[in-house]
Amino acid sequence: MNEPLVLGIESSCDETGVGIVRGTTLLANVIASSMDQHAVFGGVVPEIAARAHLEALRGTLSAAVTEANIRIDDLDAIAVAAGPGLAGALMVGVGAAKALAVSLGKPLYGVNHLVGHVGADVLREDGGEIELPTVALLVSGGHTSLLLVRDLVTDVVLLGETIDDAAGEAFDKVARLLKLPYPGGPHIDRVAIDGDPNAIRFPRGLTLPKDLVNHRYDFSFSGLKTAVARYVETADAVSIPDVAASFRESVADVLTRKAVDACREHGVTRLLLGGGVAANARIRALAAERCAENGIELRVPPLALCTDNGAMIAALGAHLVARGVAPSSLDFPVDSTLPVDTVRV
Amino acid sequence: MILAIDTSLGTSVAVVGGDIVTESATLDTRSHAEHIGEFIDRVITDSGLTPADVTTVVVGIGPGPFTGLRVGIAAGVAFAFGQGIPVLGISSHDAVAVGVDACTVVTDVRRRELAWTSYRNGVVVAGPGLTTEATLASDVDLTEFPEVRAGTISAAMLAAAAQQRIDRGDDLSSVAPLYLRAPDATPSNGPKRVSG
Ligand SMILES: [Zn+2]
Repeated sequence: MNEPLVLGIESSCDETGVGIVRGTTLLANVIASSMDQHAVFGGVVPEIAARAHLEALRGTLSAAVTEANIRIDDLDAIAVAAGPGLAGALMVGVGAAKALAVSLGKPLYGVNHLVGHVGADVLREDGGEIELPTVALLVSGGHTSLLLVRDLVTDVVLLGETIDDAAGEAFDKVARLLKLPYPGGPHIDRVAIDGDPNAIRFPRGLTLPKDLVNHRYDFSFSGLKTAVARYVETADAVSIPDVAASFRESVADVLTRKAVDACREHGVTRLLLGGGVAANARIRALAAERCAENGIELRVPPLALCTDNGAMIAALGAHLVARGVAPSSLDFPVDSTLPVDTVRV
Repeated sequence: MILAIDTSLGTSVAVVGGDIVTESATLDTRSHAEHIGEFIDRVITDSGLTPADVTTVVVGIGPGPFTGLRVGIAAGVAFAFGQGIPVLGISSHDAVAVGVDACTVVTDVRRRELAWTSYRNGVVVAGPGLTTEATLASDVDLTEFPEVRAGTISAAMLAAAAQQRIDRGDDLSSVAPLYLRAPDATPSNGPKRVSG
C-alpha cells in the first residue's frame, strides 16, 4: 500500500474541512466556514463554531467524496484532527470520524492539527516527499507556533508559541480598533497598502535581550495590541493606513525574525509557512526577503491548504499509513492542548 | 436493523431489530467522544452483525447539554453516510415516554435548568421547554402529565420510539439538535479603552 487513500476530517476551529488524498496527491479539499457567523462578535465563538460543524458535516463529507470521485469503500483509512483546538468543535469531527471508521471497517488515525499544517506541504503540484528538516511557522487566529520538524512521525519539536494572543486574534482586535470588518487580516492588509510601515514604531513583543533568555522563540501580541489602542485613542490625527501598516510591520517583523533565527540556530535551510495568517501579503514578502538573505528556502502552500482544511489531515494520515504507524485506538479523547510531539494520539 | 444513538445525558448505543436488542451504555456525562466509536463497534459485533446489516440510524436530538449531544448526532450522520443509509432524528425524551399513557419527561440540561416535554400515548402535547427546579410545577401541568425524571436515555428505547413514529408516518429527517438555548455570546460593542 504505497499510495494510501485517506479521508481527513478537520473541525478544530471555525472551518469544517473534509479532504481526500491518495498518498501525496490531493483529490478533494472541501471547506465550510462559519466565519461570517462570528463577524458580529469580533472573534470565533466556540459554541457557534461547534453548531456550524454539525450543520456542515454531511454536506462536506458528501461533497468531498463526489469531488474525489472515489468509492468510499476503497478508502484505506480515516484521519481526524484530535487537537489542539476548541474542545467542543473537535468533538464533532472526532465523533463523526470514529463512527465513519466503524461503519466502513477502516483504521482511524487521530492526528495533531498543527503537524497537519506541516503535512500539507506534501500536497504540492510537483508532488513528492516532504523535504526535511524544516522550521514551520504556523500562524492563525487559533495558534502561533514555531516548530522544528526533522521527521513528521518521530521528531517534531515545539520551539516556541504565543504566550497570550494568537497573531490572527491580534489582527482581529486591531481591525476593530480601526473600525475595519472581521476577519481583520485581509482588511488590515488592504488599507495598509497606502500606509507607511515606519510611520509609528510599535513594540516588537519578546525581542528584547532580557526576553530572549527565556522566550527566544515565543511570541506575544497583547502588548502590541494595547500600544495600538493607546495610539489610536491619544494621537491628534490618526492615519488608519499608517496605523495598519505599522502594526502589520511589527507582527511581520517579529514572526519572520524569530523564524529565520530558528533556522539559523538549528542549521535548517527550509522554512514552511502555514495557517491563515500566512496569506498576509507583508508577512509573506518579509519572509521571502529574509529567507533569501539567509539562504533559506521558503515554502508557502496554496491558500486553501494554508488555512485549516481536511486535506492536510488526510495527508498526514496517509503519511502515517505509508510509514506503517499503527492506527489510534477507538477510545481516544479530544485534547484541546495536544502537544506537537504527539503526532498521532 | 436500527442502530440507535443517544448522547443527551450519558452515552447509549443500541442495535435493535428482529429478536436482537443489544445495548451499550455509560452514565458518564463527560466522555461521549471517547466512548462513541467503541460502543457502536461493540453493539454491532456482539449482535453477530456487520455494519452493512444496519438499515437505519436513529439519533436522539436532545434536549441535552450541547457538547455531548453533538457527538452522538455527528456519529449517527457519519455512520449513515458510510453505509449510504438514512439517519433519522427524534427527541431523546421520546425514548422515556414509550408505553406511558401520559407523562412529562424531565431531564437535567445543566446550568440549573431542566428540559421537559409532555406526552400522551407517545405523542408530544406540550414542550419541549426549559424550566428550573423551582418553576417546574408552575410551568408544566404535572397533574395530568405526571413527572418522569430521567437520569439516562436508553438507545434501545429510542429505537422503539422511532419505530412507532416511523409506523405513524412522521417525518424524522431532521437531525438538528433541540438546543432550546441560543449560544452564549454577546455582539461586541467596540473595543474597551486602554488609556486613562
Ligand atoms: Zn490551524
